[in-house]
Formats: sequence, structure tokens, C-alpha cells
Amino acid sequence: MLIDLLPNIVFTLLLFVGLGFFARNVGKIKDNINLGRVIDRTDNPKARWSNMARIALGQSKMVKRPIAGILHVVVYIGFILINIELLEIIVDGVLGTHRIFAPYLGGFYNVLIASFEILAALVLIAVIIFWCRRNVIRIQRFWKAEMKGWPKLDADIILYFEVVLMGLFLLMNGSDLAIQTNFPGAPHYAQAGAFPISQYLLPIFQNSSIDQLILIERTAWWMHILGILCFLNYLYYSKHLHILLAFPNTYFANLNAKGRFANNANVTAEVQLMLDPNADPYASSTDSEEVEKFGASDVMDLNKVQLLNAYTCTECGRCTSECPANQTGKKLSPRKVMMDTRDRLTEVGDNIKKNKGTFVADGKQLLGDYISHEELWACTSCNACVEACPVDIDPLSIIMDMRQYLVMEESAAPTDLNNMMSNIENNGAPWPFNQQDRANWAKEL
Amino acid sequence: MIKVPTLAECLTEGRTPEILFWVGCAGSFDERAKKITKAFVKLLDSAKVDFAVLGAEESCSGDPAKRAGNEFLFQMQAMTNIEVMNAYEVKKIVTTCPHCFNTLKNEYPELGGKYEVIHHTQLLRDLLEEGKMTIAEGTFKGKRITYHDPCYLGRANNIYEAPRELIQKLDAELVEMKSCKSRGLCCGAGGAQMFKEPEQGSKDINIERTEQAIETKPDIIAAGCPFCNTMLSDGVKNKEKEDSLPVLDLAEMIATAKDL
Repeated sequence: MLIDLLPNIVFTLLLFVGLGFFARNVGKIKDNINLGRVIDRTDNPKARWSNMARIALGQSKMVKRPIAGILHVVVYIGFILINIELLEIIVDGVLGTHRIFAPYLGGFYNVLIASFEILAALVLIAVIIFWCRRNVIRIQRFWKAEMKGWPKLDADIILYFEVVLMGLFLLMNGSDLAIQTNFPGAPHYAQAGAFPISQYLLPIFQNSSIDQLILIERTAWWMHILGILCFLNYLYYSKHLHILLAFPNTYFANLNAKGRFANNANVTAEVQLMLDPNADPYASSTDSEEVEKFGASDVMDLNKVQLLNAYTCTECGRCTSECPANQTGKKLSPRKVMMDTRDRLTEVGDNIKKNKGTFVADGKQLLGDYISHEELWACTSCNACVEACPVDIDPLSIIMDMRQYLVMEESAAPTDLNNMMSNIENNGAPWPFNQQDRANWAKEL
Repeated sequence: MIKVPTLAECLTEGRTPEILFWVGCAGSFDERAKKITKAFVKLLDSAKVDFAVLGAEESCSGDPAKRAGNEFLFQMQAMTNIEVMNAYEVKKIVTTCPHCFNTLKNEYPELGGKYEVIHHTQLLRDLLEEGKMTIAEGTFKGKRITYHDPCYLGRANNIYEAPRELIQKLDAELVEMKSCKSRGLCCGAGGAQMFKEPEQGSKDINIERTEQAIETKPDIIAAGCPFCNTMLSDGVKNKEKEDSLPVLDLAEMIATAKDL
């Protein structure tokens, strides 16, 4: 009796372990994002939902590059719909049933299974094309400097994962169909489902015994669900979190004109004080308890949305391929800015976990140890990266925050820029001209 | 001889002009950009637009300071300018510089400077549409003109059409570069790059952009920004085409077409 229930128990246990680990990783991500500064992006919920619906759900920015975009839509729809099948697999696993939805859905069940099969085949084709784009055609953006080593392997592993999962799904269905066809009336295996793709596997199983077929079907079934649990837990260690985070990321995206850069409110208070002749010069120093530093030198200085951006990035490199600095051989790569931010954030998060809730200085920071001054100063603030990102990530805001730190905390601007700034300070123009001469052109009319 | 009134003069005369022409630092001092300023003023004058400038009371908008990371200097500039403009009760601003345009339009309101800000290509388009200005056919008829989108007008503020409509009104043939509109390549001057040497790379950005422009085999490269104008003019010089391929602001082209 108990031995009959063993698979159900094992399945349920594995499911809980898999989901438990995943929940723990989600918790880590949440904790890490919460290390960032507070930013209010809760205004205008209607526009935010619509942004999410268009960009994350509707993939509107993905299809701006039609080939990758349409292939991605295939994988995306496949991913979402095949998850309905996953629901049945989980219920079957826990209860020890087989294709439990079939009797309830009748003919519609066949439609569902058939469409999952077609989607699985399309996903398989799309993923193979993706792999070729990376490894055969070698599209430039997948071979930039920051993609060497783990990021390259990571991208390939995800593609292999999907090939294996789709393969197992079709193998599971194919062997099931073989049982249904060759051994009708076999206990447990009811006549259910339509198999437009896996029917082509039937010839392979022609001479298989019922025991062999059940072994193949069960193995594929178990491997498939275990594979999915593994994939779920691989997400945290990979660049692939966008499948979940694209949604909050587009919801909390900047909805203002791209040219509008945030005004630092602490600076506003100071400047107002300086320009107000009646201000009490001693009033300000006491009311702000802690002097916040200007700009960002490490991940804790960035805001929560910027940190969410970092976890959402899937390293597609569209930003980098549109970046004028990167196109002309400069070191700056907006994708690297996001990858560095994420890697440093993970490092800081682990440090805090290890030291029981407090960050112990590790002699490193995002600025300098990850992102160099040279990269930051190469940016033209043209917003091409922001425009290109299919999930509304904003690398530019991070670059600007770090420039602000360099200039306001370290006075470390390039000499030319220091000259420009002192010109503005002294004569109200970035060049050394007298402000009184501003309208001289009018005399030449 | 056109008399360009300042807001201070208008105040003593007891009148409030309809629109402030924000000239910008490049438009005030840079030899090349001054030509754009003058062309635009001629157009304003001929269309009888009630405008004035700040003259010596204008100061840098603060854009290059902000993009360079000096938020303090930016806000000092912004608040000083806002104080001046609010004292004159400025309601509407037009500018030939997309950088000033963006900063005044998007970053000043939060600091107390709330104005209607438009780019000169928008004003010129409106004047033509409202019939307050006309262009005689001829000068640019059939010329191939490629238009370079300034980042701070295009991507930053989604203004892609006004400048293109002007080119069409000139009866010219608009030819698009391979990256245009929301995917337009920067000229290389944004984010305070105008004021520094570029980082080490394989090519300068303005050369890359100029090559994209030349690929369209244009008779003229049209620009809507004094910085883009400088960068592309340098690019054209680098390709030794300065005699055959002019880089012109849209205001200059319309002024030429009107024989002003």
C-alpha cells in the first residue's frame, strides 16, 4: 500500500523542496533590491499597468527587431501555455493520477494537448535558431567583451535546458501515444490527447514492450518535471530572471520624457538656501539627521528600481549594440553596467547574509572595481540604450548617478569638463566668454 | 537692420512679448551657431512674431553641468534663470538648442520654472501651417536632404515629425539614414561630450554618424541642434566634403528659401 504511494510522496516532497528553494531565492532578490534607496514609482497606476501590458505582456519593444522578436514571442507563448500542462502534471504527480484533466475537458483536452505539442515544436525550432544566432552566425552583440566566460555559457545552458525540456515533453507524449495505440486498455493509460507532433515518434516504439514504454513514459515524465524545478532554481544564478521580473520592471519603469533626468532633492534644498537672502545658515545642518552622499559609488546608493533593473537584465545586448560609444570602440557597454550592478548587488547581499544582517566593508565598490571612470565618461546620454531595452531598463540613470558621485563627492571630472564647469560658474556659459556679450550677435543682423 | 528687443527693454516699454527666444550659449557665442540664431531671428521678424530675448540676463541652462554630474551647478543655474524669467512673467519659450529645450521643458518645472517650451522647428512648422509664414518654391526643390535627429529632441522628447515636415515644405526630397528617428545615432556631443575629448576608441562618433549621412548621398545634411551641427560639420570636413555637402539648420534653410 505504502509502496504504491511512494511516487506520490517523493513527487510532493521534491515539489516542495523545489518551490522552497525558489521561494528562498526570491526572498534573497527581494532583500537585495530593498538595499536600494527609496523611489516613488507608484503614481499613475493606469499608465503603469498599460506600460506593463504593452511591453512585458505584449512584447511591443521585442518585435522592433523582427527576427529575434518573433522567435521570442514563440518561445514566450510556448512557455506560458505549456505551463497549463504543467498544472496537470503537478496534480497527477501529487495524486498519482494520469492525465486527470482529460475526462473533465473532453474534446477540448485534445485541442489543448495538440496545441501544446505544436507550440513545443515551434519553441524547439526557435531555440535552435537562437542557438545558431549565438554560435554559428555569431551575432556581434553576443560576443562582446562582457559576454566572455560564464555569461556566454549561461546563455547556452538556458537554450540547452529548453531543448531538453521540450524534447522530454514530446517524448513523454510520444511514448504515451504508443501505449494508447499499441496496448489499448493498459491500466492507467486512458485514451486521451491528440498528438500532432509526437505521433512521428511512433515508429521508434514499434517493437517496444509495454514495460519498456511505461519506463520511457515515466522517465520522460519525471525528468520533465524535475527539469522544470531545476530550471526554476537555476533562474536565480542565471541571467534569465526577466521571465518574471519583466513585469514589475515595466510597471515601475520611468514614464516621464526620457530627457528628463531626476533633480536631486537634497541639492535643491541647499541651493534654495543659498539663493534665499533671508535664510538662516545654521538651520539646515541640524534638521537633516544624516547627510546623504551625492550620486552613487555602490549599489546601496542606487534606487530600488535601478536594482530591479539589474536583476531583470537578460543580457540581450540590444542596448550595447545601439550605444554610440560602444559602436565606435569605446569601453562603455550599457549591458555591462547592468551586469556589474547585478553582480555587485549579489556580492553585497551575500556579504550581509554572511555577516548576519550587516554589511562588512570588503574594500570594493561598484565604482572603480566594477565600472571604470573611463566607461562612465564615454556616455553621451543619448538614451539609445534606454530606448533599445525590450523591458524598459535604464542604464543611463546609473551612469548619471555615478558621474554625480565622481563630480560632487570626488571632484574627479576630466579636466576639460572642469574647465567647462568653471566657465559656467564664472560667466554663465561653458566657454570663456563674457556674459555681457551674449547679445552681440544681434548687432550683426 | 532688425531690432532684437530684450525683456528688460520690453518691461520699460510696459509690454509683455508673447514669446521668449532662449538663444543658448552656442547660439550666443559660437560662430557657426550664431548664424542659426540670426537666421531664426530673421524668420521671427518676417513672420511678425512678438518675441524678445534675455540678452545679457540669459545664462547657461545648466544642461552640460547636469549631464557631467554637477547637480549643484545645474540647480544654481536653473534657479537663477527661473528667478529672472519668473520676474518677467515668461509664459512661453522657443529655443534653437534641443539641450536647452529639454532642460527648460522637463527639468525646470520641478524647480519652479513652469513654461510652455517649444523647439524652433515646432514654431516654424506652426507658423507655416497657420499661414503666418510662407516659403516660395524653388531653392531646395528636389534636393536630397537627410535629417539628423538630435537625441534631446528625438528620443528624449519624441519630436521627430516637426523638422521633417519643414523639409517637406521646402519641396525637398527627405532621405532617411539607416538609423533614424527613435534609433537615430547620436552625433557624439551629448552628455557634455561637446566639451571634452572622446575616450579611446576605434572611431569618433561624429565620423560614424557622418558616414551614415553620406551613405544616403544627400545634397544637404539637415540638423536641428547647434552641437549636432558642429559635430557633423567636423565630420564632413574630415571626409573632405565641406565644399559639396553643407550641414544646415532647418532655420537657415527656410531663411535661405525666403531670401532673408
